[in-house]
Amino acid sequence: MTAITSTRAGSLAIFIVRRILWMIPILFFVILITFTLMHLAPGSPWDKAGGRQLSDTVVNNLNIRYGLNKPVPQQFLLYITSVIHFDFGLSYQYQGKTVSNLLLESWPYTATIGVLAFLLIIPVGVGLGVLAALRQNTRIDYITMGFATVAASFPNFVIGALMVVAFSVLSYKATGGNFFLPAAGFGADDHLIMPVITLALLPIAYTARLTRASTLETIRQDFVRTAWAKGLPERLVVIRHILKNSLIPVVTTLGPTFAFLVTGSVIVETVFSIPGIGRAFVVAIESRDYPMILGTTVLFSLVIAVANLVVDVAYVFIDPRVRLT
Amino acid sequence: MPQTLLQVEDLHTQFFTSRGVVRAVDGVTFHVDAGETLGVVGESGCGKTMTALSILRLVPDPGKITSGRILFRGREVTKMTDEEIRDFRGNDVAMIFQDPMTSLNPVTKIGRQIEEAMTAHERFTETLARGRVIELLKRVRVPAAESRVNDYPHQFSGGMRQRAMIAMGLSNEPSLLIADEPTTALDVTVQAQIIQLMKQLNRELGTAMMLITHNMALVASLCQRVVVMYAGRIVEEGPVEQIFNSPQHPYTWSLLRSVPRVDEARKDRLVSIRGLPPDLSNPPPGCKFHPRCPFVIDKCKTDPEPSLSEVGVNQVARCWVLMRNVTEEGVEAAKASALSKDAAAKLKAPVMEVEGNAGG
Repeated sequence: MTAITSTRAGSLAIFIVRRILWMIPILFFVILITFTLMHLAPGSPWDKAGGRQLSDTVVNNLNIRYGLNKPVPQQFLLYITSVIHFDFGLSYQYQGKTVSNLLLESWPYTATIGVLAFLLIIPVGVGLGVLAALRQNTRIDYITMGFATVAASFPNFVIGALMVVAFSVLSYKATGGNFFLPAAGFGADDHLIMPVITLALLPIAYTARLTRASTLETIRQDFVRTAWAKGLPERLVVIRHILKNSLIPVVTTLGPTFAFLVTGSVIVETVFSIPGIGRAFVVAIESRDYPMILGTTVLFSLVIAVANLVVDVAYVFIDPRVRLT
Repeated sequence: MPQTLLQVEDLHTQFFTSRGVVRAVDGVTFHVDAGETLGVVGESGCGKTMTALSILRLVPDPGKITSGRILFRGREVTKMTDEEIRDFRGNDVAMIFQDPMTSLNPVTKIGRQIEEAMTAHERFTETLARGRVIELLKRVRVPAAESRVNDYPHQFSGGMRQRAMIAMGLSNEPSLLIADEPTTALDVTVQAQIIQLMKQLNRELGTAMMLITHNMALVASLCQRVVVMYAGRIVEEGPVEQIFNSPQHPYTWSLLRSVPRVDEARKDRLVSIRGLPPDLSNPPPGCKFHPRCPFVIDKCKTDPEPSLSEVGVNQVARCWVLMRNVTEEGVEAAKASALSKDAAAKLKAPVMEVEGNAGG
């Protein structure tokens, strides 16, 4: 799209490298804060193991085995050292499993649903927003914005539960079992439909509203009047002059939205019984599985940092006024 | 007899707002001949811009052309289909807007924006259009045009952007170029360059121009004929020299009195027009200028607004009094009263301050 001069490509490369290096101190402080909060929180990993109170001797042995008998600052340094070697430690709840393994097991489920939801948001959210703006104050606009308001107001466990009732229970009964969507689990493609829609509805609503507002603002700009005055056909005025400008703020929000989607939703994963990372994270917090909490936090921070970097780089291509600093 | 290019007859453009109907353009009739330069002057909000936008059918919501005819080379613009009006815009009549800082698309290259003005119409092929962009930028004196076609608007200064706008306006060699306050947003030295440029283009290409401005000096240097608008109506029209030398409508006279002139005695102070233009959703009865007119008589307030009547060769004005009927004493009294009310106070106060500072 944009022809980038060699100097610009060079400064872009420097920009990316610098931003990646910046992630190191960011991750360090994320770990520091999480580590501190985690140890400040009351309770220990062995409180409820197996549903009964463990004897002091066992707790002591466990503490020694996992290094929890050492002073907290020393534990922190040991953790940082192992992270540098890409070792995120052993989980406390699942004997003998490394955190890396647990993350690699659960994250693909979450990421699949998240990425699919994201791919749904771009055409549907942006499309509805643009449509509503171009047909402002018509029935299309009212219906679209009504839908967005409803979608944004319903909690997603309600939407998920209603969809299960409609597409699993009622449709099973009505068609005698010929057509229904599976209410839980993860396997065939049709397992994905309801979780993806449930997860995507809220961001779709937000994206549609933002796109509409931004597009309406752009339509009133002087340069759009210039485009009409040139005698450009409507299609070109909309694509080249309105959308090229009005979608810039939308791209900004797509980064955080992507991060939000692929880091998982406890509620959606619970409603549809998906063994994803969102649930794993909550379970880890409940059982004070320190290495798992830290590992998940590090992964989420990385995802957010990378998503933001991608947005910033995308900006260079869509807005020539952006300067790399 | 020159050929009439554009004929606007009894044009009414109204805005339907929640506070009522705003009559932005209220029965305007004028024409533009091929190759001539017509100035349209008046204060902000008197309907100049809306008249121009009506010609291109670009009146923004909630405005609408409610009646009247716009004939361009005999074709009725108000009855054109969407495709016809699209091809008319930028091709037959092009428009340059007031603020060059906001009138160009910030994320598209200058060259591309000029090029697409041409490719939107059938006159030039894509290859020819691309080649013409540099030629056009050179014609409007953009230095290093070859490389600057690849710049984005934010890399251009205000004057350069206005040149690019002019290049865009001229790209299809339109018969009429409407320039809406083309120099208002620019600083004075750049203004002069742009005026010079427009003058030259009019001479070289024979493009007719409709110059919308409140700047009387600009009109004097560029236009052959002037239309003076007030509150959505034309109040006076005529050849530029006559209008400047013997304005007949008190509004035209006041506009001219509010501009500094070096060729007049120093004692002649500038006279501001008191008050504000009327609310166009609720204009005053009678002559719409009467609440602000220094020469108002009872008839102006009670009788319906007069029609445009012949006051000189090719000069018409809409007034019961007319300046030629005002005595010298009347003019002096009007100046004095305007001065005594506000201008005198404004002029004297700063002078005393400066003297005080110099002494201390």
